[in-house]
Amino acid sequence: MPTKAQLLPGTLDLLILRAVSLGPLHGYGILLRIEQISGSALLVEQGALYPGLFRLVRQGLLKANWGVSDNNRRAKFYELTAAGRKRLREETESWNRLANAVASALGPQPEEI
Amino acid sequence: MRLFAGIRSLASTLFRRSQIEGDMEQELRSHIELRADDLERAGLSRAEAERRARIEFGGHSRFKEEIRDAIGSSFFESLSQDVRFAFRMMRKSPGFAAVAVLTLACGIAANAVVFSVMNAMILRPLDLPQPRNLFLVEYGGKRHYMESYPDYIDMRDRSREFSGVAAFGVAMVGLDNGQGASRAWAYEATGNYFDVVGVQPFLGRFYHGSDEHGPDSAPYAVLSYAYWQSHYQSDRSVVGRKVQLNKYPFTIVGVAPPNFRGTALFFSPDLWVPLVDQAQIEGDSVLNLRGRRGLFIVGRMKSGATKSQLAADLDSIAASLAETYPKEDDGASFSLTRPELMGDYVGKAMRAFVTGLMLLAGLILLAACANLGSLFAARAADRSKEVALRLALGSSRARIMRQLLTEATMISLIGGLVGLAGSVWLLPWLSAWQPLPDFPINVPVNPDATVYAVAMLLALVSGLLFGVVPVRQVLAVDPYQVIKSGVTSIARRFTLRDVLLVAQIAICAVLVTASLVAVRGLVRSLHSNFGFIAQDAILVNTDLAMARYNRDEQPVMQRRILDAVQAIPGVSAAFGNPLPLNPDQMHSQVFADGATDLRASKAVAVTVEYNVSPGYFGAARTTLLAGRGFTWHDDKNAPRVVVVNQEFARQVFGSVEKAVGGHYVNRGGARIEVVGVTEDGKYENLTEDPRAVMFYPILQAPSSATWLVVRSNRDPREVTEAVTQAIRTLDPGLPFTLRTWNKTLDSALFPARVATVSLGVLGSLGALLALTGIFGMAAYSVSKRMREFGIRIALGAHNNQLLRAALGRTFRILAIGSAAGMLLGLAATRVLAFIVYQATPRDPIVLAGVVLAMLLVGLLAAWIPARRALATDPSTLLREQ
Repeated sequence: MPTKAQLLPGTLDLLILRAVSLGPLHGYGILLRIEQISGSALLVEQGALYPGLFRLVRQGLLKANWGVSDNNRRAKFYELTAAGRKRLREETESWNRLANAVASALGPQPEEI
Repeated sequence: MRLFAGIRSLASTLFRRSQIEGDMEQELRSHIELRADDLERAGLSRAEAERRARIEFGGHSRFKEEIRDAIGSSFFESLSQDVRFAFRMMRKSPGFAAVAVLTLACGIAANAVVFSVMNAMILRPLDLPQPRNLFLVEYGGKRHYMESYPDYIDMRDRSREFSGVAAFGVAMVGLDNGQGASRAWAYEATGNYFDVVGVQPFLGRFYHGSDEHGPDSAPYAVLSYAYWQSHYQSDRSVVGRKVQLNKYPFTIVGVAPPNFRGTALFFSPDLWVPLVDQAQIEGDSVLNLRGRRGLFIVGRMKSGATKSQLAADLDSIAASLAETYPKEDDGASFSLTRPELMGDYVGKAMRAFVTGLMLLAGLILLAACANLGSLFAARAADRSKEVALRLALGSSRARIMRQLLTEATMISLIGGLVGLAGSVWLLPWLSAWQPLPDFPINVPVNPDATVYAVAMLLALVSGLLFGVVPVRQVLAVDPYQVIKSGVTSIARRFTLRDVLLVAQIAICAVLVTASLVAVRGLVRSLHSNFGFIAQDAILVNTDLAMARYNRDEQPVMQRRILDAVQAIPGVSAAFGNPLPLNPDQMHSQVFADGATDLRASKAVAVTVEYNVSPGYFGAARTTLLAGRGFTWHDDKNAPRVVVVNQEFARQVFGSVEKAVGGHYVNRGGARIEVVGVTEDGKYENLTEDPRAVMFYPILQAPSSATWLVVRSNRDPREVTEAVTQAIRTLDPGLPFTLRTWNKTLDSALFPARVATVSLGVLGSLGALLALTGIFGMAAYSVSKRMREFGIRIALGAHNNQLLRAALGRTFRILAIGSAAGMLLGLAATRVLAFIVYQATPRDPIVLAGVVLAMLLVGLLAAWIPARRALATDPSTLLREQ
């Protein structure tokens, strides 16, 4: 098993939004999707997903409906709201800026002062 | 849509908590099943798969708890959290909490008391059925408010918009229930009075119009509930009992209900008697005289009629009266007023005064609020570190604001409750207070729901309004900066707190100015020339009608009393009716010599009239400027004479010299010669302009009411005893009162006293608030700058340099605020001039007093902070930081 990176605080919400942006998913599905899109590099404790989901619903970024899964299990499906889509865009941009800045700060400098 | 969703989710968090719990449980279970399905597909047995899934999931109940946190606790839960937190914060800084609560409590108590008075006297109608339909009809002539009986009869018979009109007068009677006569106050009311007012008897019955069959035909009396309780010990067998009123037999027919205290709020009678018995009650009836106005008229408007219809109806009656009776009713008009304060007669000044008080109380509250505002602002500055920490730990600004608001609300609620409790404790005293010993005057100020609601609302609004003062400060907090550098506030030249403090000091200076003006006015009015000297004089008040003396016997008896009193060694005496500054003044018109048209509009002067015995001017110490006083030869058979005052001489004759020997014609058409002129004095109240006054000899203008002026340098107790003995010997059945003249003058000084006391209380409250405000500010700024002072001292600063640095700003603010407040206060004292004698704003003593008072307040408030600044120990401080 490869060593998995611990999530930075606040990034779980972003990952959830990203995972759901491709189509409605239930909680377990979101977990799998995050694993998949992160190339299994990120560790998400399974239960820790749910407080985040409930918080995003409460903030109006996600909406939830009960439905039936592929293997005929009752499950709650989440999808993005318009506000959620907007938030995802903003957060992605600011995350990229931050990540670039940190990366360039930590990367090899052409000339050390 | 989002709003709607928000509301829905809030509603669901509030009301469908259990459903959410179920939902949550189901979802977590569905997750574990889905995971187990996957694991089963990977080859595990179902049981093993489910076990693994549960383990992978982690702490089931921990996540459920986290979910609950994530979706937010319910409104009430977080409210109770906030409240608990607020209490903790208050316990942590009890000084702040106590000062804030007390400040607000002062403001609220002042407002609750004044508002209770206002509510009781102005806002709340009489406790009667449909009180808004009940009007007091006031006669609109010069210096007349009351009505005459013939005019009343015309109004009663002609009015189309009144469903009923009743009249009443006020009289003092000697009531003898077998244990000797005592004085009691009666409403002499027409037979329909109780029906028009609309009350039901508590015991027995009331008298009605059908009981009256001409003069002295209805010997019935109705007792007030209070009188029945105090004088008959609530004895139910009182109905039907006979009593002697002025030695005439009357039958008690009933007792009025406890909540019915007459048709005027503050003049509550002991009993009601029929007006037709006036001859027996007052010894003389004026019911057939259209020009004698001594009655109040209360009328009940027909349901469905409007006030303007009613006014038009009365206008037409007044017009026809003026035409039919030009001599008495020339220029008559009737106006509709509220009965509670006896119409505009008393009500106008009272309303103006109470409204003014309310305004000042509002100022107190405003000052308290400004104080609160700066307190909260200082506290927020102190707490910016805490706020920053909470922000950094992930608390939202909204949450912190809510917390601050909860704290402000708690403080305002507690302050409001404390203030209200204080006022509730004070008000019964005010209700029980009987300001004038001779009159049944007191004001029942019982706070009702309106008062409570208004007080709590005021507390809440002011608490919230000024509790949010620091919100801007809180919102501007940058957690990073604060935590890094420990900078707690940005030093600005001029902060909101300074503005608040200036405003507060200005308001307090207004209050201090107003109260000083009032006190000064009272002192001045006590030392002004009254036109008589009340010192060393005792007054004996009686009415011979109370002991059934008839018109011919009265002068004889008065002379006998006078002779008996004068026989006491070391005593000089005379009598008059009434005396200056008594509440019951008589007015009459004076016409030029030779005038035949005696309509009121043709009068050359409206004067105050007194009837006095020989020797009166000496006994009252009224200086005669010219001519002579009266002798016992100025009687019915002698030519009619009068003594006038200087103002009368000036108005009617031009000068004192021309007045003596001059003539005028009185309302009855009699030609009267002026034989003397006295100095001017005060006659109706202390703030009046000079009034024209005439004194008639008692034998030419007799009256049964008698005010005996007994002057003596001897011990008042001995004199009182001797006088009592002398009168008892002459007639043991004659009720009378005996009091020093100074004491009797209380009624004239009453308005000024009330004004002074209430303004004094408000002024001291204002000063107290200024004190706490300045203290708070000085103490705060000193505590913030301790380190700076330490450096200054270390660098060799002198004490006075240090003080200037520490308190210079405080005193600059004090000076600006005081100056602004003084200017405002001076403008406001014009309003006071109605009540307070010579309330002039340009009085150097007042100005100096205000400056001194504010300076004193400043010094007092800055004392402790200054001591603290001077006591700074540089080494400790510098080491600590």
